[in-house]
Order: sequence, then structure tokens, then C-alpha cells
Amino acid sequence: MSATVTYQLTRNSYGRLVLTDQSGVTHEGVIPVRSFPVTDPGQGIALIDSHGHELAWIERFDDLPEAYRVLIESELASREFMPEIKRITKVSGFITPSTWHVETDRGAAVLILKGEENIRRLTASSLMITDNHGIHFLLRDRTALDRHSRKLLDHFL
Amino acid sequence: MQKTPRFSMNNLPAIWTDELSAQLSEDESILAWLEIDLDHQLHFATGIVIATDKRVLAKMADDGTWQTWAYQQGLQLTQRDHAGVGCLELFDPHARLAFWRYRLGNVMAANRLIECFLQQLDYHVSGKLPESSQTSAQCPHCGAFLSAEQDECPVCEKQNHIPPSTWVLLRLWRFAKPYKGRLLIGFLLTLCSTAATLVPPYLTMPLMDNVLIPYQNGQPIDTDLVQFYLSGLLGAAILAWMLGWARTYMLSLVSERIGADLRTTTYEHLLNLSQEYFGGKRTGDLMARIGAETDRINLFISLHLLDFATDVIMICMTAIILVSINPWLALVTLAPLPIIAWLIHLVRDRLRIGFEKVDRIWAEVNNVLADTIPGIRVVKAFAQEKREAARFHAANQRNLQINDRVNRIWSLFTPTVTLLTEVGLLVVWVFGIWQISQDEITVGVLTAFLAYIGRFYIRLDSMSRIVSITQKAAAGTKRIFDILDHVSSVPESANPVHLPTIQGQIELRHVGFRYGTRSITRGINLVIQPGEMIGLVGHSGSGKSTLVNLICRFYDVTEGAILVDGHDIRTLPLAEYRKHIGLVLQEPFLFFGTIAENIAYGKPDATRAEIVAAARAAHAHEFILRLPHGYDSLVGERGQALSGGERQRISIARALLINPRILILDEATSSVDTTTEKDIQKALDNLVRGRTTIAIAHRLSTLREANRLIVLDRGRIVEIGNHAELMAREGYYHRLYLAQARNVDEEERALISATEHSIAGEHK
Repeated sequence: MSATVTYQLTRNSYGRLVLTDQSGVTHEGVIPVRSFPVTDPGQGIALIDSHGHELAWIERFDDLPEAYRVLIESELASREFMPEIKRITKVSGFITPSTWHVETDRGAAVLILKGEENIRRLTASSLMITDNHGIHFLLRDRTALDRHSRKLLDHFL
Repeated sequence: MQKTPRFSMNNLPAIWTDELSAQLSEDESILAWLEIDLDHQLHFATGIVIATDKRVLAKMADDGTWQTWAYQQGLQLTQRDHAGVGCLELFDPHARLAFWRYRLGNVMAANRLIECFLQQLDYHVSGKLPESSQTSAQCPHCGAFLSAEQDECPVCEKQNHIPPSTWVLLRLWRFAKPYKGRLLIGFLLTLCSTAATLVPPYLTMPLMDNVLIPYQNGQPIDTDLVQFYLSGLLGAAILAWMLGWARTYMLSLVSERIGADLRTTTYEHLLNLSQEYFGGKRTGDLMARIGAETDRINLFISLHLLDFATDVIMICMTAIILVSINPWLALVTLAPLPIIAWLIHLVRDRLRIGFEKVDRIWAEVNNVLADTIPGIRVVKAFAQEKREAARFHAANQRNLQINDRVNRIWSLFTPTVTLLTEVGLLVVWVFGIWQISQDEITVGVLTAFLAYIGRFYIRLDSMSRIVSITQKAAAGTKRIFDILDHVSSVPESANPVHLPTIQGQIELRHVGFRYGTRSITRGINLVIQPGEMIGLVGHSGSGKSTLVNLICRFYDVTEGAILVDGHDIRTLPLAEYRKHIGLVLQEPFLFFGTIAENIAYGKPDATRAEIVAAARAAHAHEFILRLPHGYDSLVGERGQALSGGERQRISIARALLINPRILILDEATSSVDTTTEKDIQKALDNLVRGRTTIAIAHRLSTLREANRLIVLDRGRIVEIGNHAELMAREGYYHRLYLAQARNVDEEERALISATEHSIAGEHK
């Protein structure tokens, strides 16, 4: 299913998304934003201009023509940064600040946990860990972690 | 190395050094670099972007070759960030040439890279030599420039997240030093009192061998001997009691004093730190450091460290006594000690984790309460009492779960220690009986051994706690010293110039201010005549408040100088200088106390007549008299509720009372409505009269009185003149003024249409 959209979307040579609306006005530097990045990433994507005003609302990705969907998804991929922790290899100590070596869906990384208050419970099993630079690491299901990771994590919960 | 780059390569991350030296030409030197830690798809990867004096180079670790761009007209390097990820982009006039993503920990390096890039680009395009900013110090780790007074690199400081080592505790010696005499006495007392407690078990030996055993063997009891031994026991006990009391008292005395010194020193130091420091810290955190942390350190010294020292002394002394009585039995007795200590430590460790969990879960329970009780009106309005109760129940349930788990180990702990003690005693029994059967020792020796050993097995438990307690105290000490080590970025002059009275002429000469590596104001030149009123105008972020902060010397300029009556303000004593400045802020802060005290805050010895006069001039006198206790009404936290305008007028009275030559109004009327603003304006008119005034106002209409308006944009002065002149010029100010006038119109229109709407709605 592909509903009609009332605007045109292209990428210019500066690497910015450009949206041309019905009346022919072009907006450069359009940014796609997910409304529910954690709980429901696929639902409700807004296209906003560089001043933060909403230009278009996309209820679901399926509503979009294929080309636009690819364009928006690639832009989202280069903007969204919420690595998902798959494994905790090592922690420097159980007293914060503590340096964690983790494996994420975006490769191995090192994060510094400033205090236990930076671990936030989203649901009973999922956690959001914020490192010292404010980057959010998602732990989607802590019961699904391996034994070693669970044990390390347990010290901080 | 054959070349001597201006910027030492040693600072460059090691993995890039070799690769890069092959890339660079003979006379090329590296100016700045940015380590890249993400690739284009935002996966973790490593790479580097480098600016040299010839070109820009970049490479990702898994790329084969270096990308390079020579400096040329139209090249642009920009950085932006979103949700903790920065993006550095290189453009030419037609397209984006390249971009890099990195985590924001590198933002300072990115800014520096861009700064170097711009300087070099400027140089290559226009042939102008870059201004020499190389005089300032560089961070030895990351190469970021430090402003003159920064003692620590702001980049590295943030990255320094290693848990503190226990050695930090040694730094407390600075505070213990004044009490070293008493500490020595305390230590000697500890030694003596411990020795005294070890006498009774020793006396059981002869009591057994010389009295009881002979009696069992048919000899009468030697009463004199018994009396002698028993009085020895009593004497030792009394001596131990007295010495123990003296020791504890002496050391608590010292530790309380150390704690108090630590607290007051830290607070005093904190008060003298610049505004900059407070800007970056949370109030709660600072309060906790000074309150709770010093208390924890205090407790550590007076209780835990003392106990630990006593235990160690006791164990050493006991070991010596035991060995002196019988080396073999001593060996058997002491051998299991390390094993038992280790076992206890193991259990303790698990318990500690458990207890920490309990602490955290408690915090969660508290959080539910802290969430709900202040928001009780919302909870009730939306009839969500049941849900909140369920939330509390759930938190409690989790609390129970964790507690149950901890209690499982905890309940095991004491019996385990007892068991281990018994096992240890058993070993001594077995070996002792065997030795007695071989006639190597007497019964008395065995009894003494058993008496000694029972004592210190118990102490092992408390000793095992010392590890975690020490770690916590070390963490606390580090947090305290974090404050103490911070050097104020507005230092007092070594040879201050005293100015008892000033005229109020302010001169800004090439003033520039940089926050970290971000340049906020640049090249500001301005002379303000005594008695002149200056209005600072500009968008938010244009540097108005920065300028005011610099004039108040909450921060020091990074370039140029600010002169008052021809004297650099850095040569004036801080407190004396600020006495000449009256400050009225947007959010007036009233301390807890009476209104009179609040008005007299800057001049505590002011007479009542002076206070009333100041209040009259500030148009505060009448409303103060309407309060139930007049000038004695309590305000501030927990005090009388005052409206925003009333509070503002009190703060104006406060500024009037110190009769400053220089007056600074920082958005003094922004937080009140237009009617109140008129009242305040009247009060301000009294205040401004005859003083050098610098006013910041969001509403341009309030600055019409100003002799001159200074229009700032992005840290530079763009226009100077009075309202009429600037309007006539039709420049920046004109646009700003029109935009504001339009906004006001729109707001009013929106208000009207909204009312119409609601009226229409009611009619339906």
C-alpha cells in the first residue's frame, strides 16, 4: 500500500534532505524525527525543518513511496544513536564512576557510568544506560543476557 | 625526528603517529586533530581528522588511504550535534566533501580543529598571519588551550573517571597536621589500652598452673597468691577501662576537629570560587559533599580507622605474646587466621553488594513518595490514587524481594563466624591436648591460648569491613579535594590597589572572553562615563550577560582588560571592588530572615533610618508596612510570601543601601507584568540617578531612558547610539525593535481571537 504524499523529498549535494511542499516552497535541511524512538520506533515519524517546525507527519513507514522511505531511513540511520548492549565484557569496578567494556549492535564500545542513577528502568526487563557524555545505551532485555553480563549488571541494579 | 613540528607529535594517539609521519612533508606541522570514534552508519570505529598548516587530512582505521584537502577559497568546516553525537562536515561551495561522526566527548577537540582550520584558511587565502594565540598554556594530554587561570584541562577533567585510589586518604594529613601532638598521645594511649586488655588472659596462665591445678592435686589454695592474681586481673581491667576512655575521648576530639576544619575550609574555599565553577555544578551535589561526605570521613577516622588500628595492634601484640609463650602452639593457633579472614571477607563482599542493593531500592521507594506527595493535587484531580498506591506497592514488593535475598546471606553470617571461631578453637584444643600429653606445655598455657584466640576471632569480622569502608571514605575524600584543588579562576591580586571611592568610569579595552574553547565575546571596546546609563541589547546568546559578568568580575577576561577609573579591575581587591557595584537580578533572591536584614544584606551595620530610607526610595516602604510585622516580617524560604514585584523592590532597596557608584540591572523587570513593571521602574529611576548604570532588558521599551544603547550580536558590538539614532539608522536595532513590536501585536491579537473563540464556544 502506498498512499500519495503531497510533498517532494530529495537529497542535495550538501547531503541535506530537501522538502518541496505543495505550494512549491523548498525547505532545506529537513530532519526526520521518531515520536516514540524506544517504545514504538515504526509509528509516527515527523519531518521537521531546521527551525524545529513540523512539515509533514508520517503515520507509518508503509504509507510512504519506496524511494522516500529509503531516503528517510538512511537519514534516520545516520542520526539515531542508541547502541543496544548485547554483552558486558568487563567493568572496571563496582564503585562508580565505572568504565564498562560492552559489545553493542554497533560494535564494541567503552562507556563510563557516572553513577547508578544513570541506569534507568524502562520496563521490568529493559534498561537505559546513559554514559558520561549523555549517550543512551539500550539494554532491551536483561534476562536475555549471558550469565557473565547478568552478573556484572546485577551489581549496579 | 628530523623535523620539529610546532605541535608535538607525542600528544597524538600512538596508533596514528607512524602512519602520519610518512604522510607529512618535511616542513608540515600538525596544528590540531580530532579522533573519530564512529563511522557514517554510527557504528563504533576509529579514525582521525587532522589540520596541518598546509591541508586537512582524514582517515578511518579501515580505510586504505588518507583523504586530503588543501586550503582553498570557499572551503568550510562546520560542526553540529544531535543527541550526544557530533557531526563534522567539510564543504566546498558546491557540495559536501566529507563528514565525520563522533561522540561528544570530543567536542572540545572538534572546536579547536575548526578554529585552527579557520586561521589557516584565512592565512592561505588572504596571506594574513594568524593571530598568535599560542601564548596560552596547552593541556599536556589533549592539546586543548587552557585559559590563563584554568588549572585543569576541561576536556581531560571530564574524562577523568577513574575511581579514586585509597591513597587519597593520605591527603587528609594536611588537616590532621595541626593535631599531630594529640594524635601521637592518642596513638600511645591506644597502644597502652590494648596492652592492658591483654593482661587478663595472661594471668589465667599462672592462676591455672599455680593455684587450681595444684589444688586438684591435693594442695591447699595459696590465698595470698590468689589475691595477688585476682587484684592483678581487676587492676588490668580498671586500667584498660581508663586508658580506653582517654583514648576514645582524645581521638574523637581530634577527629571532630579535623572534620570541622575540613568542612569550614571546603566551604570557605567554595565561596571564593568563581561563578564559573557554580555554573557547572548541581547545588544538591555540592551540599552533599560538604555535609555528608565530611561527616563520613569524620566517622571513618574516629570510629573505623581507630577500631582497625586497635585490632591490628592487638593481633600483633597477641602474636608476640603467644610466640613468646610457646612458638609451636602459636603457629598452629595463628595459621588458620588468614584463611578465616579470607572466608569472612568473601561473605562480607557478597553482603556489601546486597546492602547496596537495599540502599538503592530504598531510594526507589522514596522516589515514589517524592513524586507523588508534591504532585498530590494532580493525582487527586485525575483520580489516580489507586494507581499511585499500586506503584508504591510494587516498589515495596521489590524492596521485600531484595531484602529477602540479602537476609538469606545475612542470617548465615553471624553463625558462620561463630562456626569458624569454634573450628579454630578446636584446632587449638587438639594440638594443645596433644602437647600437654607430651608434657610440652601446661594446662595454664592452653587456657591462656584459648582465652586469647577467642578474642581476636571476633575482631576479624569487624576488620573485614574495613576494606569497603575505606573505599567509601576514599571516594568521599576525593570529592572533597576536588573542591579544594580547584583554583579560583578570578584570583586576588598580589599587590592590590585600594580605591575607597570611585567615580564610576568603566573602560573595556579589546575585551574577549572564551569559555572553554568557545569564544563568546571578542574585541569589545567601550568607555562608559561616570553617571551614564547604558543599555545592552541583543538576542539571547549575544553576550550581554557575559559582559555584565565580566564587569562584576564573576569571570576574568581572557583577552584585553576592564578598567574602572583607569585601574585594571584585576588589581583591585575583589570584595572591595564589588562593594562599589549594585546588582539587581531578574530573580531576586531573598535570604531567610527579616525584611530589614535582607535590605541590609550588603551593609550589615546599616542603621534603621538608612534601611527605611532605602525602602522608601525603592517604593517598598508602603507594602512593607502593610505586612503584619512590618520590617520585622520574615521572608525567604518558609517566610512571608511576597509577589515578584515586591521581592524585586526589596532587592532594589538592597542595592540602594550600599550606595554603589556602578549599578547593574540584569533583566530586572522581565519577570513581572507590565503594571508591576511601572512600579519597579519608578523605584529604578531613583536608583539609577547619578550612577553609572548598565542595564540589560529584554523589553526594548524599558531602555528608552538610556543615554546610549549598545547592540550586541554574537559577542561583538554592532551598533552604538540612543534609541532615536538607532531607529533612524534602520540597522540591527531597528529590526530587533520591529520584530518585538510585531510580536507584542501578535500576542494581543492571538489573545483577542482566543477570547472570541471561547465566547463562540459557549454560545453553541
